[in-house]
Amino acid sequence: MLCTDKGLRIHKGLLAAVLTALLATLPWRAMAAEPIKIGLITALSGQSALAGEAITRGLQTAIDEINADGGLLDGRELVLVRRDDEANPAKGVVAARELIHKEKVAVLFGGLDTPVSLAIVPLANQARVPFVGPWAAGTPITKNGADPNFVFRVSAMDELVDKAMVAYAQENFGSEKFGLMMINNPWGESNQKGLVVALDEKGMAPVASEKFDGDAIDVVPQLTRLRDAGADTIAMVGNVGPSAQVVKSLRRMGWGVPIVSHWGPAGGRFTELAGPGAEKVHFVQTYSFFGEQSPVGEKLIAALKAKYDDVDGPEDITPAVGVANAYDAMHLTALAIENAGSTDGPAIREGFFAIDSYPGLIKTYETPFSPQQHDALGPDDYVWAQFIDNRIVPVELND
Amino acid sequence: MDTQLISALISGLGMGSMYGLMALGFYITFAVSGTVNFAQGSSMMLGAVLCFTFAQTLDWSLWLAVPAALALCGLYGLLVERLAVRPFVRRGSDAWLMSTVALGIVLDNLVMHTFGKEPRSLPSSLAVSPVEVSGQGLGVYPLQLIIPLVGLALAAALHLVARRTRWGTALLATSQNRDAARLMGIPIGRAVAGAFALSTVLAGVAGMLIAPLANVNADMGTLFGLKAFSVAILGGITSAWGVMIAGLLFGLAESGITVALGSGYTHIITFALVIVALALRPNGLFGRAEVKKV
Repeated sequence: MLCTDKGLRIHKGLLAAVLTALLATLPWRAMAAEPIKIGLITALSGQSALAGEAITRGLQTAIDEINADGGLLDGRELVLVRRDDEANPAKGVVAARELIHKEKVAVLFGGLDTPVSLAIVPLANQARVPFVGPWAAGTPITKNGADPNFVFRVSAMDELVDKAMVAYAQENFGSEKFGLMMINNPWGESNQKGLVVALDEKGMAPVASEKFDGDAIDVVPQLTRLRDAGADTIAMVGNVGPSAQVVKSLRRMGWGVPIVSHWGPAGGRFTELAGPGAEKVHFVQTYSFFGEQSPVGEKLIAALKAKYDDVDGPEDITPAVGVANAYDAMHLTALAIENAGSTDGPAIREGFFAIDSYPGLIKTYETPFSPQQHDALGPDDYVWAQFIDNRIVPVELND
Repeated sequence: MDTQLISALISGLGMGSMYGLMALGFYITFAVSGTVNFAQGSSMMLGAVLCFTFAQTLDWSLWLAVPAALALCGLYGLLVERLAVRPFVRRGSDAWLMSTVALGIVLDNLVMHTFGKEPRSLPSSLAVSPVEVSGQGLGVYPLQLIIPLVGLALAAALHLVARRTRWGTALLATSQNRDAARLMGIPIGRAVAGAFALSTVLAGVAGMLIAPLANVNADMGTLFGLKAFSVAILGGITSAWGVMIAGLLFGLAESGITVALGSGYTHIITFALVIVALALRPNGLFGRAEVKKV
């Protein structure tokens, strides 16, 4: 009995010591090993799914590089947590709430479609979690009026794209009379306004402005109005399918008018859909994997080839803007987290402002963000491209 | 103004005959059973997607791809009737209104997961080079001329079968009085199932004809099916000719309004006109009032 009692006491003592030791180490170990979650909300199904996959690849490749370099904040790995918004703002908000409150992501990426982004913006600002846009170009996403504003973007911005479209058309086609052809949704609406402003700055106004539906088949009636109004250039904003219908209808009319476009055609197999004449559409991009690449470009292409079976060359990295924007955005975010020294939202926000210089894929970023500047890219970073067969090629490479 | 008028006419007749062709599918099942497959747009999409899969992905010859796709469309029609219509009609419930829509959504999503996420193009030599028609540079794709011909021919055939053949009379009898028809030895169950199969096949034909002019994707039929249903009601769903002509009128209204006033007004005025037309003629433009015996 005695012996047992003593043994028990010893056991108890040992147990206590072991437990204390464990308890002492656990929180520290847990913190060191606990990954930093990076959320992504984008369309992973439906017409835009390919673009959602491109964003995923850009983010994942950057995350792999960061993890291979030892992670962030003393060895914490980054993990990507994805949710499908099905291009639906309501579903995007539900997913954002889940990722912020349940998954406790440090940073939220997302918004392929402007309406989805706009729905998530107030939530991110309220929860004080940085929301980084690698795609959606709607002007009010970053210019949302919130203070403090937690929304950042590494992508094109409608307001600037509209100005760039006007400038490009004037320079390359000598355009004087713009006819607008806008998709019948909020994206088209916001660009219609943006183009009117951009033209107004040059002392012009559109000669006519028409809308077309997402499942439009025949848009000859709209185009006839533009032609009769004397348009010498069409400024087009629409997703890949409807943009292709515009090209088909132009062919039917035998009207070889120059078309400058937002980046909608880049979202799919534009040449297959539009047929002959697809190459006449000049559209905006933020990056092209064709032509001479910087060392960062070479490295990224090699990484994508190694990681994804369906990537054999630049033509398979598509849509290029999704991969390129997401890749740079993830690296910039990593710098912001390092600057913050923690995964606290407001600290990361300050961390974005503290980024000084970073040699990225699209360009070398010099103080890309400030409290007044939440967009890392400007019109000087845009590339004009066209479809040659199934490849998106910078226009300058075809001259 | 001349070019505007001609372009409105050509576009309107082309689009209108597509609506009419789709709307014929509503007519057939309604004439026989008093029910419709509300997700007719999904059936149209199925025809286009199957044709693309067989002809493009699997590289079958069109002579094989088209009949195979249509056979599967017919099979889908039987499935719609068996799963989404018959169980409810048997119990005297109107829930088929919802269940056909639900089945259509299921199909759209199945296609999205299997066929893929990108819009694709079904190539056709009839939709590459336009034929000039007006002398002012305005052309049409040959396919746009074929669609109205197919639509009118089908409407004529349906009209003749319904009015002039014993088989057609038998089918119409089922909708007028099921019990009497059954007593006369008409196999009602098979007649209704056959009507659904035929209506889905027609939607499939529409899908294949429209695909080279449009894009093939899982939601290509949604708005289209809705417009076709408006057309079917506008035409008075009990007349094949009426439905086809209403389709043409709807198409002409759309393109006429776009050309005259601009595309901002197209949907507002077109659908407002539909409401006005139905308010003035509750049985549709060419429909006859149903006699209700009490």
